[in-house]
Amino acid sequence: MVATQPPSTASPAAEAPRGKRPLTRRQQENRAGLAYLSPTLVVVLVVVVLPILWTVMLAFQRIRLINLRRAGFFGEYTLANLKLVLSSPGFWSSLWTTLAYTIGATFFSILFGLVAALALRGAFRGRTLVRASVLLPYVAPVVAVTFVWEIMLSPQFGIANNWGTRFLGWDRPIAFLSQREYDASLFGWHFDVPLALLTVIAFEAWRYFPFAFLFLLARLQAVPRDLEEAALVDGAAPTQIFRHILLPQLGPVIALLTVLRFIMTFNKFDDVYLLTGGGAGTEVVSVRVYQFLTARFDIGAASAQALVLAFGLVILLVVYLRFMAPRVEGEED
Amino acid sequence: MDRAAVETRVFGVLRWVVIAGLVGVTLFPFLYMLLLSLRPIEEVLQNPGQLWVGPAEWTVSTYREVLTPAGSGGQGFLRFLGNSAMVSIAATALTLLVSIPGAYAVSRLRFVGRRQVHFLFLAVYLFPSILLAIPLFVLFTRLGLRGSLAGLTIVYIAQTVPVSIYMLRNYLSTIPVSLEEAAAVDGYSRLQTIRKVILPLAAPAVMANALYVFMIAWNEFLFALLFLVEDRNDWTVSLGLAQLSGGIEVSKTVLMAGSVVLTLPIVVLFFAAERLLTEGLTAGADKG
Repeated sequence: MVATQPPSTASPAAEAPRGKRPLTRRQQENRAGLAYLSPTLVVVLVVVVLPILWTVMLAFQRIRLINLRRAGFFGEYTLANLKLVLSSPGFWSSLWTTLAYTIGATFFSILFGLVAALALRGAFRGRTLVRASVLLPYVAPVVAVTFVWEIMLSPQFGIANNWGTRFLGWDRPIAFLSQREYDASLFGWHFDVPLALLTVIAFEAWRYFPFAFLFLLARLQAVPRDLEEAALVDGAAPTQIFRHILLPQLGPVIALLTVLRFIMTFNKFDDVYLLTGGGAGTEVVSVRVYQFLTARFDIGAASAQALVLAFGLVILLVVYLRFMAPRVEGEED
Repeated sequence: MDRAAVETRVFGVLRWVVIAGLVGVTLFPFLYMLLLSLRPIEEVLQNPGQLWVGPAEWTVSTYREVLTPAGSGGQGFLRFLGNSAMVSIAATALTLLVSIPGAYAVSRLRFVGRRQVHFLFLAVYLFPSILLAIPLFVLFTRLGLRGSLAGLTIVYIAQTVPVSIYMLRNYLSTIPVSLEEAAAVDGYSRLQTIRKVILPLAAPAVMANALYVFMIAWNEFLFALLFLVEDRNDWTVSLGLAQLSGGIEVSKTVLMAGSVVLTLPIVVLFFAAERLLTEGLTAGADKG
């Protein structure tokens, strides 16, 4: 290690020297490490950790925007917010909506990412360009892409409905983003499809499959070729190679992606807010928090709601990591 | 024919179908955005299903409306572009300044609490940003930082530093320690070593990182909405566009022109540095 030099310039000199003994290398390294990391720690503490603690506090006080100034550590603590949130109409349904939305979006984004990674694995002319264009939905600004989707799917002048009625024989335009249930019939069966929710899930899968694609492609390219070549010589079919050689290699990455996508989608706000505003059966919890905050100015209830969201996420993650994850690796350091 | 031969043939064809489908699905919305922004609104309403019209009918009046300053009857997007650029560049520079030493410490130095740092970072992702939004809204109001671009920049730094450190750390761990030992023998201090040995070697990762942070800051919407909505002069492009859609007399083609203005810088930047980004973002992922 780097340890032969005099005390580094970055180590904090403020601490009192311990007698005459100079610092050991280990102590120097310790100090330098903490000093280098301290800007990060300060930013994360002030802008992330303290606000989280504060939210916990706010969640147990009756606070509205008007009496915010009086809010402090010694306010009256109460469970009223939690009671209000848990018993308010629409809370449980929005939790289920969040869960359906998260599971659907996570599953489909990873599935499409996997298909894309397998298709773009081998080299061909123009692959770099194709790979870059596949990543576009992920890098483009969310506000712009939600607007394009909105206009594409609009019942009045959207291209989807226009082509649907012209070429696919739809009897009337479908309001993809504002219709809660669509009465579909298949082989004489009639059932209701949660149309707006499915549309939002489709959007989420479209926007985030490139993320899964990136990780899976990187892993695929690291799979040693000789394994596959040996299988080919033995006459293995592509599906067999995928099932017995590639999939086991991809397992840990898929598990990691599941966790990452699940967390990010569960907490997602802007996509749903911009697409539907939380209407038509797409009210996920984070949009609900926003509405508590901006429509009712009820900070206490909004905090309690946000806290319930975070708590739910932690429980789900613990359950997943404990019982279902196929050994998430990469945690070793 | 045996199974292997049949499958090889089927998948050989299927692969091209999938590739064509992928390109279509990902590019079409952007193409639609661009083409719609160039057409007069009356013509779009008459003919919503038509995608392509001749260049003779194209108009740039939508872009003129979007970019003209608000004082002269336009939407003032030039100003928003300036705001977005300022916030994104500041956030990028400061995030790197904070995360490079941080990543070095996490990857190279043994210090108390090194193993616990990850839990702190996890907090950033585990808790929804809407949860942070409430106390930050309150805190920034009290400090007078709400409604200022500086306040927004601080939030973006906090949001991107953990990923930034993670990406850089993965890259730094591939640089041999012996190089640093050689530098130490030559009498470099630790900071000098970072600046003169590590940074030049890690340049690709640093670039990829800068691009990533810039992208996040440029595209961000929620905090911009919460903090800046009151004063039009402070709006970022994302916020300006979202507010534009609420306007009554704004036509959809103008909205699309605004979307193009918002998307174009990021797409240009992305295509210029695509290799860097894809490699930097997933460095270490292939170790499984």
